[in-house]
Amino acid sequence: MKIWDPRHECIPRDELEQLQLERLQATINRVYKNVIYYRKIFSELGVIPEDIQSLSDLTHLPFTTREDLRLNYPYGMFAVPLREVVRIHSSSGTTSKPIVVGYTKNDIRMWSNLVARFMTAAGVAHDDLVQIAFHYGLFTGAFGLHYGAETIGASVIPMSTGNSEKQIMIMQDYKTTVLVCTPNYAMALAGRMEKIGVDPKGLSLRVGLFGGEPWSETMRREIENRLNLSATDNYGLSEVIGPGVAGECLHKNGMHISEDAFIPEIVDPETGATLPPGSIGELVLTTLTKEAFPMIRYRTGDITSLDYAMCDCGRTMVRMKKTMDRSDDMLIIRGVNVFPSQIEEAIFSIAQDVPPHQLVVKRQDEMDVLEVMIEVTENIFSLEMQKQRMFLDSLRKRIRSMVGIDVAVRLVEPGSIPCQDGKIVGVIDRRQL
Amino acid sequence: MLKIKNINTCYGQVHVLKNVSLHLDEGEIVTLIGANGAGKTTLLNSLSGIVPLKSGEILFAGSPIGNLAPHKIVALGISQVPEGRQVFKPLSVEDNLELGAYPNYKRKEGRKEVKKIMEMVFNLFPTLLERRKQLAGTLSGGEQQMLSIGRALMAGPKLLLLDEPSMGLAPMIVQEIFRVIENLSREKRTTILLVEQNARASLKMADRGYVLETGRVILQGSASELLENREVQRAYLGKDKKEIWER
Repeated sequence: MKIWDPRHECIPRDELEQLQLERLQATINRVYKNVIYYRKIFSELGVIPEDIQSLSDLTHLPFTTREDLRLNYPYGMFAVPLREVVRIHSSSGTTSKPIVVGYTKNDIRMWSNLVARFMTAAGVAHDDLVQIAFHYGLFTGAFGLHYGAETIGASVIPMSTGNSEKQIMIMQDYKTTVLVCTPNYAMALAGRMEKIGVDPKGLSLRVGLFGGEPWSETMRREIENRLNLSATDNYGLSEVIGPGVAGECLHKNGMHISEDAFIPEIVDPETGATLPPGSIGELVLTTLTKEAFPMIRYRTGDITSLDYAMCDCGRTMVRMKKTMDRSDDMLIIRGVNVFPSQIEEAIFSIAQDVPPHQLVVKRQDEMDVLEVMIEVTENIFSLEMQKQRMFLDSLRKRIRSMVGIDVAVRLVEPGSIPCQDGKIVGVIDRRQL
Repeated sequence: MLKIKNINTCYGQVHVLKNVSLHLDEGEIVTLIGANGAGKTTLLNSLSGIVPLKSGEILFAGSPIGNLAPHKIVALGISQVPEGRQVFKPLSVEDNLELGAYPNYKRKEGRKEVKKIMEMVFNLFPTLLERRKQLAGTLSGGEQQMLSIGRALMAGPKLLLLDEPSMGLAPMIVQEIFRVIENLSREKRTTILLVEQNARASLKMADRGYVLETGRVILQGSASELLENREVQRAYLGKDKKEIWER
């Protein structure tokens, strides 16, 4: 199988560690010089760049959290003047304010090559036709895969999301060979094909690159059988770069992290202590090659483990397990990150009050659905029927504009939301991955 | 082939190099760019053993050379072309070259080898052959630079350290010198660490580069990435302010 950048992907470990150290030191020197936030927090801890003499010294540095990014909204974490930024993306934060990330020209080129690595590893080549059914917009997913595919030299069909029947028609007519979307959408497409009588075996699909949300091995087998393709997982997050942090090769035994561009650590989500290799814990990432938006020890919130054993594909890069869990309460719904705190903020902004409420996530017709149940309070109860309906309607709209997904809002009787130890169960996830 | 980890160098109380780490792979041209006083020359001098390390590690072909004497480092295969040529002015061109081959004389077959290498040097710089009997002090600046490079090559280095080879030379001569450097790398597979004020020319020739600022590496990457980096363009490539700041 072809390897996109064998010089880096197959680098011996001792050479990799030298390269990581050089890049880490340059990154630390640069953020210390250019990012006020990092300079401030380093001096509070009495750390200077010269303290970083080995990769393990990284643990002397503080974590960067989503909260830090929120406090430095929008451009506080940028390491270059805005005029050098050629692209801005964002991802949802824990409140209504999103997290803003930027890319320089070099960043975009570097990102494209990182995506080209895992796409090549999944079996994509220059003669492929890549149909991208991620949402094009502020999210990084579609653009990352788009650039990666173009860098390989494949033909890109930028379909964006939705309109399943048109997606299927294009697959048939254009002879799409590679499908890029969330695993749930792949299932939905398979379901729709069955309904309208399209046989996936008659399509040209060969490779599927599915990401943006967690999915299980069972789901992989099901997608592979139903769509008749080879399905691989990839991992990334906008705060760190977008897709391109890690991706599976055809051995499908974990996602190779591009360690020449990111240093992964596994920490205890409670104490923040670094855990020994092989442990399960929260993934923490430090970027080594980003110019506009470098991140030092970013807490991803994703629970996984790292496997340093050599992979048969020849890549020396460490493999991370599929992420199946979060260390915080973030939900991923149809590829979109949703925090319960965002919903709470939306409810408060409409109701001027936060009545007891619960989020229920379930799978309907192979799509994720989020329901917001709100207990009726006196305030709401006293409203006329029409006003109640208006209240629900404006709440739905507010959540849509703040979070970016459609939700169902329902009023329930006071006291009907189940409690545990006197506390309301805020989130119920009924999806089976 | 060369690995540097966390080297620190001081001149008295002045801390010049701060935790510098870098590496060179075999056959690469790597360039160091930075303003005056950034520590570029100090880095080369630390590599060749002229300036002692305060701390840190230098591995050449796997073995530590951090605190070896300069002549031992030359014998291992690292030659430096110093800033400002530093040829022996009262000696002839030929004698200058022979002095560069000093480590070879100790070996049995040394004399023969020296002859062969000298032919190679004359091939690279035909002017030196024409002026082999002339005193080095009577050569032009460009010729002295050629002699200085030739002298370093006489020791048969695997790694060549070049300090500002274009300094004070006419553009035509600079082109000639750069052509020879590129030849050495492409044909003779000599690994080259190049310090240059002319950052644009050196980045165009190099595979990779490091940017030093007050003794710290603040950027590193492939030469093409560095050429695209706005910080490098602004500070070292002399891009017109208008191009960058004004619309």
